[in-house]
Amino acid sequence: MAPRIGQMSRFNITALALGMAFLYLPIVILVIYSFNDSRLVTVWGGWSLRWYHEFFNDRAMLDAAWMSLRVAALSATIATLLGTLAAVGLVRGERFRGRALFSGMLYAPLVMPEVISGLSLLLLFVALNAERGFWTVTIAHTTLTMCFVTVVVQSRLASIDRSLEEAAMDLGCDPVQAFLRVTLPLIVPSIVAGWMLAFTLSLDDVVIASFTTGPGSATLPIRIYSEVRLGVKPGINAISTMVIALISVVIVIASLASKLSGSQGKSAAPL
Amino acid sequence: MSARRIFAQPARYAAIAPYLWMVLFFLVPFGFVLKISLSQTAIAQPPYVPVFDFAEGWTAIKEAFAQLSFDNFKLLTSDSLYISSYLRSIVVAVTSTLILLLIGYPIAYGMARLPQRWQPIAMMLVIVPFWTSFLIRIYAWINILQHDGLLNQVLLALHLVSAPVVWLSTDTAMYIGIVYSYLPFMILPLYATLSKMDASLLEAAADLGASPRQAFWLVTFPLSLPGVGAGALLCFIPIVGEFVIPDLLAGSGSMMIGQTLWLEFFTNKDWPVAAAAAVALLVLLVPPLLLYDRLQRRTLAGGG
Repeated sequence: MAPRIGQMSRFNITALALGMAFLYLPIVILVIYSFNDSRLVTVWGGWSLRWYHEFFNDRAMLDAAWMSLRVAALSATIATLLGTLAAVGLVRGERFRGRALFSGMLYAPLVMPEVISGLSLLLLFVALNAERGFWTVTIAHTTLTMCFVTVVVQSRLASIDRSLEEAAMDLGCDPVQAFLRVTLPLIVPSIVAGWMLAFTLSLDDVVIASFTTGPGSATLPIRIYSEVRLGVKPGINAISTMVIALISVVIVIASLASKLSGSQGKSAAPL
Repeated sequence: MSARRIFAQPARYAAIAPYLWMVLFFLVPFGFVLKISLSQTAIAQPPYVPVFDFAEGWTAIKEAFAQLSFDNFKLLTSDSLYISSYLRSIVVAVTSTLILLLIGYPIAYGMARLPQRWQPIAMMLVIVPFWTSFLIRIYAWINILQHDGLLNQVLLALHLVSAPVVWLSTDTAMYIGIVYSYLPFMILPLYATLSKMDASLLEAAADLGASPRQAFWLVTFPLSLPGVGAGALLCFIPIVGEFVIPDLLAGSGSMMIGQTLWLEFFTNKDWPVAAAAAVALLVLLVPPLLLYDRLQRRTLAGGG
């Protein structure tokens, strides 16, 4: 009897269950311990919100969090604009000079080690004599995240029936109108998902931000990173839990957006 | 003139802004890395000579070229610190990719065998950790692996060990961190190929007398190789340049190339050597990057 889809062996079920436990248990443990009253990270001292109180009284941490949120919102917005344009150019532009270079430049950062991207951008900023801080980090994050936006929007755009636009043009729209009135509304969910992804990626980055920021303008991950290097602190559990909560909200919105767009198709990229 | 033709023109213009952006902030910076990797270290701000000064015109640029030196690359190939970190990066990346494949394949296979309506949920569950902060997930493991952390508490309670085991600052901890962080990158391409596989092929194999095990090794596994390749490259390439995970979880004894680059840049302030390390890392990554690009093209061409 051949195994069919939906018919699972004990081995399949065990592999899935262990895999999911491996992926989620560490995060669950972290969240639980963020409500631990004890100063010792490993001793359970009862439920408490003291580490959350501590965060909201930590000026430096709050500044870093605010900086990160601003960088993430702005860079995600610019990245979504540029990434969507890039996707339109790649999917609809047919052949143009330098297309291979263009798609190469957009795909490489997806897997490029961050130390290289960070170092190279810093050397550019130094050569341009740019003051390092909010703007340089924002530009760096835009460059990285627009590539992710491009991939997300591109896969959706490629799945849309061109004859819809052709019909709109037969009915008197010019190509730009046809795109704006017919295609754009169809790809909006993927654009929203792209923005969300860009936002979370920016909120997560330590390496590129460390290279491209200046003194006095640390992002939240940079601060968390320097604290973690010194050892485990219960306060970090609380901050981490809040970041996870924020990202969860973002994911829910993004998945609702892709639900609205109907079947997103199975993409090989983890997006 | 077909509608297709008319449309291609404005769509092409859409690419102009992102094109210029990527040239300025992705391509041009590599030129600077290359250039500074050929410069000499100096106690100055910025800490290298020669500095390109476009204002001084062409002769100054020519002079700058005359001063380029390959000393940094000589240093990279003669100092055992760099050679060993280069080799360690490759060893760590290969080992991690193999472990990821061993763990990721059964999970992806299990996902592909789930009832159809459960599959999107399982996929979502794999994607969510990818969105969740990478740094925080590494930190979560530090919590668990520390001296009096949960893992040691459980092991002691079960009497599996008699004294707390040192997990942090070991290669084991680093591999756990890497596998944990990159698992979604391995599972998703594998799942994408496995779930597209035609189930009737397995039925045919069974009709022809193959046991389920034989059917797996003779039919399923060979057909999933494109997914194996994509997943392996998607993990291997970034792991080679990994910095945060080995820095937080591995011991300080031996470093990966990303750590060497970081140390030279931030601690030793030796920008030219850091740039040379980046060039060396890039050279190492060109073959897998090209291979990945070819695989992607083939998948896209195949309607994947």
